Amino acid sequence: MVGSIAAIGAGLAVIGAGLGIGQVGGKAMEGIARQPEAASKIQTAMIIAAALIEGAALFAIVVSLMGL
Amino acid sequence: MDFRHFFDSKKISFIAIFAVLTTFSVAKATTYAAPDTAAATGYEAHADEEFEPTKVIMEHISDAHDWHLWGHTSIPLPVILYTDKGFEFFLSSAFHHGEHDHPGKHYTYRLVDKKKIKVVNAAGAVDEEASKNVWDFSITKNVASMFLSVIVLLLIFTSVARAYKRREGKAPKGLQSFLEPIILFVRDDIARPNIGHGYARFMPLLLTIFFFIWVNNLLGLIPIFPGAANVTGNIAVTFVLALIVLIVVNVNGNKYYWKHILMPDVPWWLYPIMIPVELVGVISKPFALMIRLFANITAGHIIILSLISLIFVFKSLAIAPVSLAFVLFMNVLELLVAALQAFIFTLLTALFIGMAVEEHH
Repeated sequence: MVGSIAAIGAGLAVIGAGLGIGQVGGKAMEGIARQPEAASKIQTAMIIAAALIEGAALFAIVVSLMGL
Repeated sequence: MDFRHFFDSKKISFIAIFAVLTTFSVAKATTYAAPDTAAATGYEAHADEEFEPTKVIMEHISDAHDWHLWGHTSIPLPVILYTDKGFEFFLSSAFHHGEHDHPGKHYTYRLVDKKKIKVVNAAGAVDEEASKNVWDFSITKNVASMFLSVIVLLLIFTSVARAYKRREGKAPKGLQSFLEPIILFVRDDIARPNIGHGYARFMPLLLTIFFFIWVNNLLGLIPIFPGAANVTGNIAVTFVLALIVLIVVNVNGNKYYWKHILMPDVPWWLYPIMIPVELVGVISKPFALMIRLFANITAGHIIILSLISLIFVFKSLAIAPVSLAFVLFMNVLELLVAALQAFIFTLLTALFIGMAVEEHH
């Protein structure tokens, strides 16, 4: 039972991370389309932001791993 | 003392490889001597067991005292224990995969759950009190794999460094031309934009972190012998990496960095809130680095192993091609993740160092 709830928790964490990284990626695409010459700077900032969002999601994943 | 001449000769590197390979093959030979009858009955016992994916997966991603090759063959690794009566050395094959207790010099030891070494008392039960005095410094699978990656890194980089000395001013060649763009990438896209002036001081650290994580990630993806250890997916390894970052960032922090933490530009009555928050921020940044690398690599391994487990869960041959296709896809994706995580760790390290050494405010 605990394992199943942990799996639901992991799924919820992934929803959050997916929304967040989707936003970051989409906005970065828009930014690059507007200003292609700033592509490399936008890309670096995008990866940092994505990594930070992913970090928050991974905290949740680790917690649900402990419940598994 | 200068040890550089040790690495200067090409002969030495070949001898090193040869020595490592011979050690492993000799160790392998000893396992073959293990009784075959036990293996035969072992297979029958496995057939009756219910397949438990969680147990199998956790066993594969955790550290072990022997390096599993195939079936019932594994390379025994040395066990080094520090007890209250002194050191103790023996090979992990003495445990026969946890089936036998090993009577050592000072105590009798038992392998519990294939991981923990506990003291057994005269009655044959695990003595928890005495086990607390036993410190395990064994060369486990992860440690052996780290030695391997260190040897690989030393061989690659000493040979490339030699090539730069010998071919000064000429175009790069061979391994040199593979590594030069990566090193330049770390310098021009990670170190220089984030640290700024004085980045050169941190280049050795950043390059070491980058290549150590990358090589260990890649070795972890190899499913057979020289790889298969989950080094960067072990929280102790990532903890030490993050601890190094924590120390480097705070030792190099200038007065602006400390002023920002201890005397932020806010009204004085906000200090009781701001200072604890900033102090937590000092710890939480490396903590996030530790969790990120650990969880990413462990999650990748778990996904691949779960997809393989599907075959055994459904007990069907028809599911195998589907499962294998997914495993192949995930493995290729993990190749990308291996490089990406090394990049992110290095990038964030450079970013934190940059925040600590920033001059103007």
